[in-house]
Amino acid sequence: MDILFATLFRGLGTGSTYALLAVGFVVVYKATDVVNFAHPALMILGTYTTSWFVFNAGFPFWVAVPTAMIVMGLVAALCERVALRPMVGEQPFAAAMVTIGLFIVLFPLAFRLIGTNVITVGDPWGLERFTMFGVRLFQVDLAKIIISLVAIAALALFLKRSRFGLAMRATALDQEVALSQGVNVGRVFGMSWAIAGGFAALAGVLVGTGGGGVEAITALVALKALPVIILGGLDSIEGTIYGGLIIGVAESLTRTYQPAFFPWMGANFDVVVPYLIMVLVLMIRPYGFFGTKEVQRV
Amino acid sequence: MSTTTSTPPPAARSRRSTLRGRPELYTDYAADQAMLNTRAKRWSVILLILVMLAVPFFVSRDMQGLLTLVFIYAIGGIGMNLVTGFAGQVSLGHAFFLGLGAYTGAYFGGTPTASVQGLELEMWIWLPMAGIVPMLVGLAVAPLAARVRGLYLAILTLGLVFIGEHIWKEARSFTGGPGIGRRGAEPVIGGFNLYQRHTIFGIDFARETFFYIACLVLLVVLAIAARNLARSRMGRAFAAVRDRDIAAEIMGVPLMRTKVLAFGISSFYAGIAGGLLTVALGQVTGENWNLLLSVDFLAIILIGGIATISGSIIGAAFIILLPRGVERLADHVPFVGTAASPGLLSVFQLQLVLFGALIIAVLIFEPRGIYGLWLRIRNYWKAWPFSY
Repeated sequence: MDILFATLFRGLGTGSTYALLAVGFVVVYKATDVVNFAHPALMILGTYTTSWFVFNAGFPFWVAVPTAMIVMGLVAALCERVALRPMVGEQPFAAAMVTIGLFIVLFPLAFRLIGTNVITVGDPWGLERFTMFGVRLFQVDLAKIIISLVAIAALALFLKRSRFGLAMRATALDQEVALSQGVNVGRVFGMSWAIAGGFAALAGVLVGTGGGGVEAITALVALKALPVIILGGLDSIEGTIYGGLIIGVAESLTRTYQPAFFPWMGANFDVVVPYLIMVLVLMIRPYGFFGTKEVQRV
Repeated sequence: MSTTTSTPPPAARSRRSTLRGRPELYTDYAADQAMLNTRAKRWSVILLILVMLAVPFFVSRDMQGLLTLVFIYAIGGIGMNLVTGFAGQVSLGHAFFLGLGAYTGAYFGGTPTASVQGLELEMWIWLPMAGIVPMLVGLAVAPLAARVRGLYLAILTLGLVFIGEHIWKEARSFTGGPGIGRRGAEPVIGGFNLYQRHTIFGIDFARETFFYIACLVLLVVLAIAARNLARSRMGRAFAAVRDRDIAAEIMGVPLMRTKVLAFGISSFYAGIAGGLLTVALGQVTGENWNLLLSVDFLAIILIGGIATISGSIIGAAFIILLPRGVERLADHVPFVGTAASPGLLSVFQLQLVLFGALIIAVLIFEPRGIYGLWLRIRNYWKAWPFSY
């Protein structure tokens, strides 16, 4: 029972990180109709930036994280301005290809900066534990859950209450109508990328916490957000939370129990579980459980 | 568009004799849609094939190996272009089908060792098998893929690559397991090993030469087949589905069958390319078939030219030969690292950055790729000295 509880808690921890990653995809998709395949690279650069601010510039952790989020937000907004803005009005496919190009540009940069090292972000949790309901749990998982949920809630509040959030929702609904109503659609695009970049950096920090540290190749973890957004729906921020937690828990349960009960599935089977869930969901509900069904016109 | 079924009028048959000197006047659909519909195309293609056949006798072994890779990637690129370029189904799962073809080929044509299985069959068995098995798997997966469109499909096929990587790690008796890998198939036809040094009639053939020629011949055959497919009824169905799938369905194009066929044929090409790739690379591990390989093929068709066969070949040549060019350049550009000094970026990293930048630039400035660039140049000189 203790093992089950600890497993679930760890799953919720990683799952909330996935949710945070997925929110970055959703924000960009809602505003610009583009699936941002450059997100993994932004995430790993965010981890690196935080690590740099902590260890090279001597910032405290709680200052380094927002600074890195702002830096990555600017980087992402720059990417949008240079590479994505000329693609406005083109097919979503072509724009998605541009983000793959961005990924190939940014990913080697991460490799160059990080090299073969393992970087840490200097987080205060490390491998510390605490006791809840008599079970010893990792502090870092609690921190992941709290930080992710607070960040997503803050974003939701921003979209719902602020003037700019209204502009973003209007753009998500219909770009041309928003434009005719005086919304600066270009700025909304830039802002959505900046938010995605900031969230990618925050997720990168959370991935790098917990004593383990991060290599350049860890960037591919961010692709786990794709099953999450398929599960939750490409355009639903609420859906990312449920999707993220479900995927995280499923992965964690597999990691704990599959080697004992289904050893024939092979080592590290938990890595493919999110993708198997994704395939299943696409078979049952191609537009996710919270997403809006795409209307097709001839 | 039902012209293919009607017989051309008798006058069209004597077109060449009566209309000599007016090569661009077509009096029937068949002539317009002919594969090499102008004299210039006919001659340049024949000349190019002859030159490529002669090349191995003039270049280094290293260069022969590199050009062989170009042919193999071109075969895979044509497959990618059939499903993504012609039929408009964005697939990031190409690497999975290449891997499947590679291991099928290696199983049927490879030498068994203590850790991996192999049947040691000849190339005329294992190469078709390397195409057919991925094709069957592609046909099995496609109905699922045909349910989703556009970016959802890209995400789904991306999942396929990760699931594939897990299978390659675990199916040790076929793949040799992670980090170790296995040797590929032996390209033996009638006891004659294509990937060996031979002396025939006193002429010394390098180890790479016969395999180079075999890959070239395969590329030509498969490219002609694909070009033929693209201008057939099926090819028009592909284009209709790509341009507007609902409209295509309303016009009577069977949507599911067309998409499934596009996947199947594409997987066949990928499998053949994968099987040949194991021979060229020697030792292959499961990590060879990762997401970056899929992205490579995407880059091939984007940079070469979407929905063109010659574009796929140009793209493959570009992608394979670019790293060599960058390596040459590295000694002359100050900030690129060499063996002596690390520099700002290593050669490999610079290649990748260039790849990415090129994909972005092509999509923004010339969506039809290098092939589109060539079209522009050709049309300029066709109309010269007039600007239109």
